[in-house]
Amino acid sequence: MKKRNLFLMLMLLALTLILAACNFGAEEKPASEEETTEGTEGTESPEGTTEGGPKELNLVVTSEPPSMHPQLATDNTSSAVLKQIYEGLTTYKDGEVIAGAAEKWEVSEDGLVYTFTLRDAKWSNGDAVTAEDFEYAWKFALNPENASEYASILYPIKGAQAYNEGGGTEEDLGIKVVDEKTLEVTLENPTPYFLELTAFKTYFPIHKATAEANETWYAEAGDLFITNGPFTLTDWQHSGSMTLEKNANYWDAENVALDKVNIGMVESETTAATMFDAGEIDFVGSPFQTVALDVIDRYKQEGILKIADYSAIYMYKFNTTDKIMGNANIRKALTLAINRQGLVDNITKGEQTPALGMVPLAVNGFNEDRGYIKDNDIEEAKKALEAGLKELGLSDPSELNLKLSFNTSEAHAAIAQFIQEGWRTNLGIEVTLDNSEWQVYLDKLTNLDYQIGRLGWIADYNDAYTFLEQYDSAKNGNNDTGWENAEYTALLHQSNAETDQEKRIELLKQAEGILMSEFPVAPIYYYTNLSVKKDYVENMELDQLGNVYLKYVDINK
Amino acid sequence: MARTDWQPQKIPSEKFEIVGIKQEETEKLADQSVSFWKEVFLRFSHNKLAIFGIIALVIITLLAIFVPVFSPYSYREQLGIYNAAPTATHWFGTDDLGRDVFVRVWQGARISLFIGITAAIIDLIIGVLWGSISGLAGGRVDNVMMRIADVLSAVPYLLVVIILLVVLEPGLLPMIIALSITGWINMARIVRGEVLSIKNQEYVLAARTLGASTWHLIKRHLVPNALGAILVTMTLTIPTAIFTESFLSYLGLGVPAPTASWGTMAAEGNKALTSAPWRLFFPAFFISLTIFSFNAVGDGLRDALDPKLRK
Amino acid sequence: MLRYICKRLIYILMALFIIVTATFFLMRLAPGSPFASERAFPPKIEAQLNAKYGLDNPWYIQYKDYLVDTISFDFGESMKYKGRSTNDIISESFPISLTLGIEAMILAVGIGILLGAIAALYHNKLPDYLASTIAVLGISVPSFILAGLMQYFLAFKFGHFPVSGWKGFNYSILPALAIAITHAGFIAKLTRASMLEQSNSDYVKMARSKGLGKWTIVIRHTLRNALMPVITYLGPLTAGVVTGSFIIEQIFAIPGLGKHFVTSITNRDYTVIMGTTVFYSIILLFAVLIVDILYSVIDPRIKLKGAKK
Repeated sequence: MKKRNLFLMLMLLALTLILAACNFGAEEKPASEEETTEGTEGTESPEGTTEGGPKELNLVVTSEPPSMHPQLATDNTSSAVLKQIYEGLTTYKDGEVIAGAAEKWEVSEDGLVYTFTLRDAKWSNGDAVTAEDFEYAWKFALNPENASEYASILYPIKGAQAYNEGGGTEEDLGIKVVDEKTLEVTLENPTPYFLELTAFKTYFPIHKATAEANETWYAEAGDLFITNGPFTLTDWQHSGSMTLEKNANYWDAENVALDKVNIGMVESETTAATMFDAGEIDFVGSPFQTVALDVIDRYKQEGILKIADYSAIYMYKFNTTDKIMGNANIRKALTLAINRQGLVDNITKGEQTPALGMVPLAVNGFNEDRGYIKDNDIEEAKKALEAGLKELGLSDPSELNLKLSFNTSEAHAAIAQFIQEGWRTNLGIEVTLDNSEWQVYLDKLTNLDYQIGRLGWIADYNDAYTFLEQYDSAKNGNNDTGWENAEYTALLHQSNAETDQEKRIELLKQAEGILMSEFPVAPIYYYTNLSVKKDYVENMELDQLGNVYLKYVDINK
Repeated sequence: MARTDWQPQKIPSEKFEIVGIKQEETEKLADQSVSFWKEVFLRFSHNKLAIFGIIALVIITLLAIFVPVFSPYSYREQLGIYNAAPTATHWFGTDDLGRDVFVRVWQGARISLFIGITAAIIDLIIGVLWGSISGLAGGRVDNVMMRIADVLSAVPYLLVVIILLVVLEPGLLPMIIALSITGWINMARIVRGEVLSIKNQEYVLAARTLGASTWHLIKRHLVPNALGAILVTMTLTIPTAIFTESFLSYLGLGVPAPTASWGTMAAEGNKALTSAPWRLFFPAFFISLTIFSFNAVGDGLRDALDPKLRK
Repeated sequence: MLRYICKRLIYILMALFIIVTATFFLMRLAPGSPFASERAFPPKIEAQLNAKYGLDNPWYIQYKDYLVDTISFDFGESMKYKGRSTNDIISESFPISLTLGIEAMILAVGIGILLGAIAALYHNKLPDYLASTIAVLGISVPSFILAGLMQYFLAFKFGHFPVSGWKGFNYSILPALAIAITHAGFIAKLTRASMLEQSNSDYVKMARSKGLGKWTIVIRHTLRNALMPVITYLGPLTAGVVTGSFIIEQIFAIPGLGKHFVTSITNRDYTVIMGTTVFYSIILLFAVLIVDILYSVIDPRIKLKGAKK
């Protein structure tokens, strides 16, 4: 008996020891460190920011950023943070491209050669930002050995695609360091949006010396993490939080108002909304979490919900290699018989614009509806359906048993059920919904193992080409519809060679017209970006690419 | 702990002789068991909570059968009134797509009740057999059987579900398969634990000495004595199945939308907690009521069947 | 006893081998890849990525690699989180889940056994009904709903607790409760059922006739013998709880291990899938072993060695 009691006692003792040892140590230490650094900052700050002490902004992102290496990052969360700690040759302010790390640039007559002159900027460790840092970063991305998933965004640069795909050599790349402060870039085609690209994360510079010395410099915050942006990464608790602090060596540091940005990682939208309501965070809106559907109406009533246009489209792709979906009239009928206005008013609620074309209205040159189709045009849809059924040799729409696939998400499911019911009541077509896990779904799309499938497309740069390029051939990895059209492809090629911007847009509109007469895709709505912020947060706006630059943000409590 | 190393001395089997079973005597036992069941019934019907459970379950089942048939709305019909609070026409309000929640709750009851009960029965059968055989046999058989259970519960479940998703068309069958793969393990472990503690008790040893078969031991001695733990485990199996079902539906394995089970409705309603709380409340309430009723019935049955509690 | 444990260890190794094998093939059979995304990239790049992580090797080489990884307990770099090793991911997040898990287990066992003992002692009286109802509610309201409600009301509306995060003891109370309540309900039911079974045993009647108090009997006699099924349940449960809960970590934004079990699979992050699976398996297998050893500690009549033929 005694023996057994002793055993139990030992067990208990072990338990308490473990508890005491763990003691939330994972987080407690950095928290106390933070406090002390805060303290010293408060006492020493000679510039004396303002009366209110250090200015701190609290935000959350949805997950641990998968990669903080500008050239290896692919996702929204990583790039939201990268944009604050790095700066490309150009950057954005209020949606317009402005000079960033480059002071000025010259473009050759034919639009093929860009000569950038760098400003006197410094890295966070005091080293000068040089043209070599850019060259190193870009070549890192293009080097096939590094397998950068976003390297293709550098393809406008001459020789980039060939080198990246293993054909060309590094020497043939159109990237030339003229001197420490001058970078000359030669392009494959005149690319009117190239200055937008240079503001993109894959075009950011990296500190060559540290990157060469340490292969995984980007995995932890600390001395190795050297940045050239308005902020620098001072603390990174994986899956927990990140802390950005003002970069004293940034060239424009005097115009950076915030001293510190705390970024938590919160996966649940609902939690983020509650945190906002409880005052734990100051802003909610993509990429810093999204406004949950549950609270949209309330925020609207309170008058704090901000709605910004977004260069992005929500659409249903059709598998044109399928027996039924191969029929253009059936595709037309389905495209027309969607009540887009009803959908955005009642289900998505974000004041999205019904999409009646393939290029969002936020894109330059496409700001007005091109008038290809009418929303919820049941009459035309019925005509098209009848014609389509005849061509297929069917007599009744109920003989079409279609499958609508989407990746699992409550928002996608709600949209699909809304459209499903519309097709059933208006056209008499029975549609089965088929949701699957994300990777399984992607697999279905790429293998054309579906009939109707949902996808979204978000612009990396604000140009129509990013929305149209994917359909240039059936083999394009982003096409997923099996559709191609020689005339369409020719128009896109023409637009690439065209230097006159007006004519180029005209060509792209013609191409869009072809898409909207053959309907390999049913556009549904153009996204908007919803956000809420506390009154004391100033200048925190989302541009049409969904960028937020904290450089301009101020807090006035 | 030297005591556990104690071994009984082997008694050579020649010292025993088989007596056999006399037919008349078994007849006598059967006679008695009629009154036993009568007594069980009597005791059960005196348990108010258990009777309440039975009535609630019957009502829920009837509503699940008849409401979707006689309701003026269909579960998929979108009425154009979105997220409306309960009124005289829509007793449980409407959901985000403007559908009547009342009819959807009873449509969902069909799926959830079917899945909950089927999964519980399958878990019960596999779990009790696996656990009692493993516990009774002991030694290597026990070790192998229990390690199989461990392996099944350690292999990433989500991966298994994804494979099922690829191989099978979504529907009730893959759902039941997915629920049954690991569902029975808990039951098997608990039954084995009970069997281990019962099998060396005097009356089991006595029965074995009298030549009772393994099957007889399981049926007559082990299961009745482990009944409490078995029933309790079953009451956990049903809600687990109902909620795992919603998770599996979410992955795409279940009945496709717009049909929704209670679990799915509760999971979706949970996201609308502040703007349309009725979408969470009603499915969650009926899940709880159902589980409560099953529990009450289970407890009543256990008390009624327990031979030791007989007056 | 020692011989029995040694034998069990061999079985654990065998089970681990089967788990690794099964996980490997399931992983390879599941469609998708760690690099797949909405935005396709050139096939050449995909080939490069595959080569970089050894995914271009024939399956038996990859299989061998995972076996070697398991033996050396070094699972390599995550395919999703660039530059981070699987071992780091586990060693950073496990202590957090462990702390939260132990807290939740203490709550679950404490509340559960107390409720169960009360219910059994006052069988078919008011306290029994109350305790049973609480237990059933705990079982039937799943943790994700409970967590959401607690977060909204206790943390936000009444401001007693922080909404989310992991910065101290205060942050762990709500999540620990959310995890504990379902299990507490179940433990209460189990305790009640098996205590009722014990309460009519001869030794309890004997104790009662000796004039021992109700609670003394419970603590010294019935409870110990009634704990059998509870302990069976607790073993695997502990393994599950201390390795973290995906849903709770998601709702309360806790940087624990639980989320990696799910996200590694949805990301098809093969190295992390294997790492977390092996890690969990080891904990589970040992938890089950401890349960079996505890059986004979609690009830010396139990022998695990097998039936005498």
